[in-house]
Amino acid sequence: MRLELEKRAESSASFALISPFLALGLTLFAGSIMFSLLGHNPIRAMYIYFIEPLSETWSLHELAIKAAPLILIATGLSLCFRSSNWNIGAEGQFTMGAVAGSIIPVLMPEQNGLWVLPMMLLCGIVGGALWGSIPALLKNRFGANEILTSLMLVYVAGLFLDWIVRGPWRNPGGYNFPETRGFSAGQILPEILDSGRAHYGALFALLGVIIAWFVLARTIKGFEIQVVGEAPRAARFAGFDTKKTTLYVFLVCGGFAGLAGICEVSGAIQQLRPVISPGYGFTAIIVAFLGRLNPLGIFAAGIILALSYLGGEAAQISLGVSNKIGNVFQGLLLFFVLACDTLIHYRLKLVPTRDGAGIAQEATHGAD
Amino acid sequence: MGLTEAILLTIFTAATPLLIASLGELVSERSGVLNLGVEGMMIMGAISGFAFAQITGSPYLGAVSAILVGSLFSMLFAFLTITLVANQVATGLALTILGLGVSGLWGESYIGVAGIKMEPIVIPVLSQLPVVGKLLFSQDLIFYSSIALLVGVTWFLFRSRTGLVLRAVGDSHHSAHALGISVIKTRYLAVAFGGGCAGLAGAHLSLVYTPQWVENMSAGRGWIALALVVFASWRPLRILAGAYLFGAITIAQLHIQAIDLRDIEFLPSALFSLAELIKAMPSQALSALPYLATIIVLVIISGNRRLTLMNTPASLGKGFVPDR
Repeated sequence: MRLELEKRAESSASFALISPFLALGLTLFAGSIMFSLLGHNPIRAMYIYFIEPLSETWSLHELAIKAAPLILIATGLSLCFRSSNWNIGAEGQFTMGAVAGSIIPVLMPEQNGLWVLPMMLLCGIVGGALWGSIPALLKNRFGANEILTSLMLVYVAGLFLDWIVRGPWRNPGGYNFPETRGFSAGQILPEILDSGRAHYGALFALLGVIIAWFVLARTIKGFEIQVVGEAPRAARFAGFDTKKTTLYVFLVCGGFAGLAGICEVSGAIQQLRPVISPGYGFTAIIVAFLGRLNPLGIFAAGIILALSYLGGEAAQISLGVSNKIGNVFQGLLLFFVLACDTLIHYRLKLVPTRDGAGIAQEATHGAD
Repeated sequence: MGLTEAILLTIFTAATPLLIASLGELVSERSGVLNLGVEGMMIMGAISGFAFAQITGSPYLGAVSAILVGSLFSMLFAFLTITLVANQVATGLALTILGLGVSGLWGESYIGVAGIKMEPIVIPVLSQLPVVGKLLFSQDLIFYSSIALLVGVTWFLFRSRTGLVLRAVGDSHHSAHALGISVIKTRYLAVAFGGGCAGLAGAHLSLVYTPQWVENMSAGRGWIALALVVFASWRPLRILAGAYLFGAITIAQLHIQAIDLRDIEFLPSALFSLAELIKAMPSQALSALPYLATIIVLVIISGNRRLTLMNTPASLGKGFVPDR
């Protein structure tokens, strides 16, 4: 037996809708097998992993804190991916946004005016966007592969953060710990509700989703992005400037990631440390694909992936399994999402392996 | 052994995994498949090599299992991108993410465990030669394999009929298909080869380079290996040059702060002040050197349009569905 693909005349609308759910189901199934292999009751493990984190107010707040950066970054990435710009360096753009946004609180700790927070956010956006513009410019000017350059810049940004936190920005009164001074009250992104830690970053994520949806669905720019990605030749005939689009999507994505970075630092951590992200920039790639590169889908997908972080922590505490299991889940999920997306454009057929008789039969059919 | 010799030896050690992984990826890309999962396959090779060496007590069985695990792991990617024609870029990323996760889970109990080092095999007579004896003929088996692979891949791609078929598949899958070549089978085999090589490169990290298990110990080497393929414009001999260049950069950043510049016999006086300047840089800036060098090299090579266009496999990264 052999698996063959048959192109659908039109891409299947129903499979486009079903495929993310199918992928989720398959991931849960694979996850249960994995838990059984590790010697845990799969149903109990799944409950601890995916349901328990949703059952308490504080954990819902944690969910919002984790989902916000994922959604913001993935929304930016969706613009990149739709235009076939493979920006996989959002983690670095997140880091540089966080660093740029921290300039005011670290160097001017006494500033607490109303202008401070908006200025910090703006710095974060600009920092991320500038870092994101590097691979775009290198691609436009020299044709350098943006996948590799954007990824290499992640390592560079991480080392830069490490240096600045251990070196020039280290808290003078911090007993030599590698961290900056804590941000003062006016420099901290406030909480939305009194009931928990969730800060305004979650609101920005919602706003980002709406803006990106509007740009993609209702503006010429959004149309341009999609044409450049799906039909580059058509885009050239239409006179769309591919290079401008590349720069545009990288700037927007970098800006979104930078905003996520400064929100995380100012809202959740409230100082800079050598490590500020559990890999949001990479997980956001999964979020973008699970959300089918659609801002509204990304919103839902961001919440699911945020759950995979919380579930990983919960499983570590309750079951004593490594929180690495969260990464395994994320990798599996992306695999299943990509596999299921095939069903949108193709029908799968199992056909018997062709032997001599089969070919002869086919030949006679062909003669009919 | 003088200091110069010792440094050269570490450069060889740092370059070996890059050379092996890049050669594997080269074969895969020459068949038209862009597998961005090198980092994931490499780390899987590192942990499986370490784990099986622990279980069996033999680093050689460890290395063999690393090759097998790397190949098997790459089959996930192959099934998605070749059979299901999923997006190669995204699937490669998925392979990397999954590899980092699975290896972390698998390796948890091995953290802090003393590793088993693959000892050098000293070749009689030849190893007595000055300098090259130590560098080329007193090395571990994986180093010898890397040279054998280099010769083998070069011969295979450009001197054998099967290699010609493989390149045809990478350059125009439709023409190859029309000629009766099985595009799908060729690509599966090429990806499996790439996976095996990445696995062996990983085993080198955990059995030779630093014989222990550290989470994420591949530290971006898989990505650098990918960049080397572009750097080499898909030519095996240039991969050799690239791998050793990057090995040198990696080692330079490790040693630069520790060494006394006056000890280096071959340093011209003109370079002395430059070296002083580099030495004064923060350690993070030095650690960033291999990554920055990757970017610079990509920019220089890609800027040369003629070179890249001439050598890039024309079907690279494109899915293939046979019309039946």
